Amino acid sequence: MRDPHVILRVISKFLIPFIALYAFYVQFHGDFGPGGGFQAGVILAASVILYALIFGLEAAKKAFPPSWIRIGMTLGVLLYGGTGVLTWILGADFLSYGVLAEKSYHGQHYGIIAVELGILFAVTSVMIAIFYAFGSRQPEPEAEDW
Amino acid sequence: MDLLSLFPAWLLEQGPAFVIVLPLLMGAITAILPSRTSAWWVCLIVTLLCTVTSFGLLLQVYSEGTSVYTMGGWDPPHGISLVLDVLSAPVLLLIAAMAVVTTVYAMPSTIAEIEPKKRAPFYAAFLLCFAGLMGMVVTGDAFNVFVFLEVSSISTYALVAMGAARDRRALAAAYNYLILGSIGATFFVIGLGFMFMETGTLNMADMSRILAELDGGSRVAKVGFGFIIIGLGLKLAMFPLHTWLPGAYAYAPTKVTVFLASTATKAALYLLFRFTFTVFDPSYDYVIVVLTYLLTGVGVVGMVFASLQAIFQTDARRTLAYSSVAQVGYMLLGIGLATAAGIAAGYLHLLNHAIIKGGLFLAMGAFWYRFGITRLSDFNGLSKTMPWTMGAFMISGLSLIGVPFTAGFVSKVNLTIAAADKGWWWAVAIIVVTSVLAIIYIGRILLAAYFGSPPEIDGEVVKRNEAPLMMLVPMWAMALLSIAIGSNILDLGDFFVTASERAAALLVGSGA
Repeated sequence: MRDPHVILRVISKFLIPFIALYAFYVQFHGDFGPGGGFQAGVILAASVILYALIFGLEAAKKAFPPSWIRIGMTLGVLLYGGTGVLTWILGADFLSYGVLAEKSYHGQHYGIIAVELGILFAVTSVMIAIFYAFGSRQPEPEAEDW
Repeated sequence: MDLLSLFPAWLLEQGPAFVIVLPLLMGAITAILPSRTSAWWVCLIVTLLCTVTSFGLLLQVYSEGTSVYTMGGWDPPHGISLVLDVLSAPVLLLIAAMAVVTTVYAMPSTIAEIEPKKRAPFYAAFLLCFAGLMGMVVTGDAFNVFVFLEVSSISTYALVAMGAARDRRALAAAYNYLILGSIGATFFVIGLGFMFMETGTLNMADMSRILAELDGGSRVAKVGFGFIIIGLGLKLAMFPLHTWLPGAYAYAPTKVTVFLASTATKAALYLLFRFTFTVFDPSYDYVIVVLTYLLTGVGVVGMVFASLQAIFQTDARRTLAYSSVAQVGYMLLGIGLATAAGIAAGYLHLLNHAIIKGGLFLAMGAFWYRFGITRLSDFNGLSKTMPWTMGAFMISGLSLIGVPFTAGFVSKVNLTIAAADKGWWWAVAIIVVTSVLAIIYIGRILLAAYFGSPPEIDGEVVKRNEAPLMMLVPMWAMALLSIAIGSNILDLGDFFVTASERAAALLVGSGA
């Protein structure tokens, strides 16, 4: 049987890497311009969601296993919080990025990159988690199925 | 102060951030912990550390005054600040201490109530909820309040829904709470939007200053105030907006019920104090109108109606839940009086009621743990089968009624005096009437327990089956604390009364 969605498949296979790449572009833009972890996380999750829409939920779950979700969420929070804890250890207030490098503005830079990375992990995992949760729902039983 | 020097300087300096960050990060770690016992230990250690820190911060606030912590070194009003003063520090300690009490209690109770593989996520959600509540109290930034409100609320919905393992109605209750809680949070953030439009700032102190310069602000500020009051009203179960509360309290796991009853609504009430008296000020005509007519009105109507509803419940947990709505009415009446004495009495009742209702729900959980009972008709003879638990329940129950030498008496007397001073004799009458109603609904339970005889199963009288020690210790701690406040043992009564008077002095003194 011929695949009726061959154009969709080919085009999205072609597009998904670029969507993911664009996510990282937005991500690393975040410390000096508009963009950052949240938007990048949503875009990255969108690439997985597109894959799931075209190739099915099972294939997507192989590409991005559901077990990663909890780890991703936790890792994200810990990266963000951990940056704050690091500034504590270095003897400053919580999330005072200035102490992360010799020059305060470099420190701000590093701090924001680390924190944005944490947001990326958390947002990507949560977006995919929401999609998996809705996608895996069993259809409601019909009236005659009772 | 000697006691204060025992705390490490770093802890006192960084404490306001520490009490939020620690539970937040440990909550994330707990979520992936494989073992459920270690989750409990993490939870206990975190809550203990937070309690110690909060205690140190309270002492620091009392000896050195208001402390402002700048998040990330950005000065307010541009950066987010954490502010601790005599109003927030006692509530902070209350939340942390109740978290410890419920965690100790949770060791046996969660084993009975939560499926094994859900226990680690349960503790993780609890820590997040705890972090959110601490954040709500400690932050000095109005938008930050909304963020922490959502952190605590969303984890609370999950926690309430986990009661489904023992009662499927928990799911409906959690859903109901989710819808109403989200509406409340939305109203609150809409109100903040209006306030930002009016003042151009989100820092509470700054907002208060600009509003004072604008002499209360334009209609935008009035609308904002209205939205904030309704939003908070939903969160603190103000009378007509309380419909989520009985279900959520009745079907949540016991640990969650106790924690919610004694902290979640209290944190929202704290915010009501904060917004009506610090950010806004009763000297603006629209604020005093809302205080005198709306908050007092719904407070008083709630006291009477919720007490009546409590009498006609068949489920003892719902009785206590409706009684909570009624008790919120007392606190609203105290706020509505808008005098120093009234605010102090409302604030004192906030602290006392947390201890009283905590004790009652802890005992209620133990009844379910041993015999699986929550219906009032099943309480017959519980004084013989569970004498210690019933004893703790009785003491907390008498305290709820307001019997002399208990905590409830102290706050009710203060409230009555405050109402009489203002010349509101009708309010005095209502306080007395609702106390009589409290005698009826608590009395029904006590009557059945003390004068009924234990039921017979297969011709054999049910034997004595006391709750485990891990449950008895927390509930007796609450009961004894209640007596200690009421009888001024170890100067605890004076400590609580002074704490509330200082909080009231801060609120009345500011701005006006």
